[in-house]
Amino acid sequence: MSELKSIVEALIFASPEPVTVKTLAKLLDTEPKEDIVAAVEALKADYERQGGLTLVEVAGGYQIVTRPELNEWVRRMFHERTTQKLSVASLETLAVIAYKQPVTAPEIAEIRGVNTSGVLGTLVERRLVKVVGRKQVVGRPFLYGTTRDFLDRFGLNDISDLPKVEDMSELLGFDLPAAVAEPTPQTALPFDSAKDEGEAIH
Amino acid sequence: MDQPQPRQLEFESILEDYPVRLINFEGPLDLLLHLIKKHELNIYDIPISLITQQYLEYLDLMQEMNLDVAGEFLVMAATLIHIKSRELLPRPDPTQEDPEEDPREALVRRLLEHQRFKAAAELLHEKEIQRSAMWHRPDGRVAEVVGEAPEPEVEVDLFSLMAAFRQVLDRMKARPRVILPPEQIPIETRIEQLFERLSETEACGFEELFADVQTRAGMIVTFLALLEMIRLKRIRVFQQGAFGPIRVYKRARLEGAPTFETT
Repeated sequence: MSELKSIVEALIFASPEPVTVKTLAKLLDTEPKEDIVAAVEALKADYERQGGLTLVEVAGGYQIVTRPELNEWVRRMFHERTTQKLSVASLETLAVIAYKQPVTAPEIAEIRGVNTSGVLGTLVERRLVKVVGRKQVVGRPFLYGTTRDFLDRFGLNDISDLPKVEDMSELLGFDLPAAVAEPTPQTALPFDSAKDEGEAIH
Repeated sequence: MDQPQPRQLEFESILEDYPVRLINFEGPLDLLLHLIKKHELNIYDIPISLITQQYLEYLDLMQEMNLDVAGEFLVMAATLIHIKSRELLPRPDPTQEDPEEDPREALVRRLLEHQRFKAAAELLHEKEIQRSAMWHRPDGRVAEVVGEAPEPEVEVDLFSLMAAFRQVLDRMKARPRVILPPEQIPIETRIEQLFERLSETEACGFEELFADVQTRAGMIVTFLALLEMIRLKRIRVFQQGAFGPIRVYKRARLEGAPTFETT
């Protein structure tokens, strides 16, 4: 058991991106899945200790990262972040897609009050959103949803992890009706799972 | 630990700067929300004639400053005037069902929803900051083995840009010649054209920018216009890997960026 835990730790540590239980199970095909899950849980408990590292759940997988409190120090090691900043327009468009998905471009434009095709293109290019299907209405417009890269970038485990907007009333200066504050739960989309499976192994 | 969080501050300051930096009103809803906040109005009970007047004043100001007033702003102006005129007219019998949604209610609903997503964007941004404080192993050597992760884009240097331009010129030679009266576009005009082109998509391939010019002179003007736009910090140019495709990205207007001067 403790050997399995060590293997799991080594795999999570060595991986450049979050490792899912599914991936672990594939790599450790002789081990029963329950044992792997138990090993991950035990490992999580180990990382509760105050070291320099912590184990987080992000984008449906596990990742060993430096503790956020140590950011100032770790940052000194790098000249510049490789990820580019998002513009306010991009962030707002991304928010609409994240909470409303799956959603079409005209629906996004209606909420934002402006044409967003340019921003949408940039978000697709940066792999933060993707086409997840077509709406069965006239013109069959594309439906957009968020990607795993999106979850990773914002440190979310899945879409239900999105921050709740109710807490924002104070910042806004007026109350929000409760009805508008619930994020739409994400329904599994047909080509989603197929694609994720393909991606999960790397 | 109270270290500064520069990314967050920057985001907030963009929002706070709205009154001075007109260009930041991305759409009519942003402008309306700003006016509501500025005059401390109740979003559920907007004094429509005050807000319409303020809104139209803003549009005038934008036009005076030669900002392109997008169609959406005009549509909203029409909506506001429509609501105002409805309120001046005697109400139809309230017991009769009105099949259409009250435009005023529709507007309030849109404003609330828009505001909600602005709030969500800020929450997301905070999440992003939290996440970026947690460092993980960089891809590096591993990415090669797995054969994933596209090459990061690097900012292009002048020589790669010149090389790409040469290719464009070479390709032009191969194209069938069309005899046209010599086009003489001033660089300023070309910059405007290119900017319009980039505004459509935010980014495009280097070569696409040359697609509409036929002559060598036109291409040189286009290339010089690009260089000038880089100098003015209006665009950024990136290349994927050493000989990869070059892409041109529109930049948000920076404060303190030099303005165009004719020489």
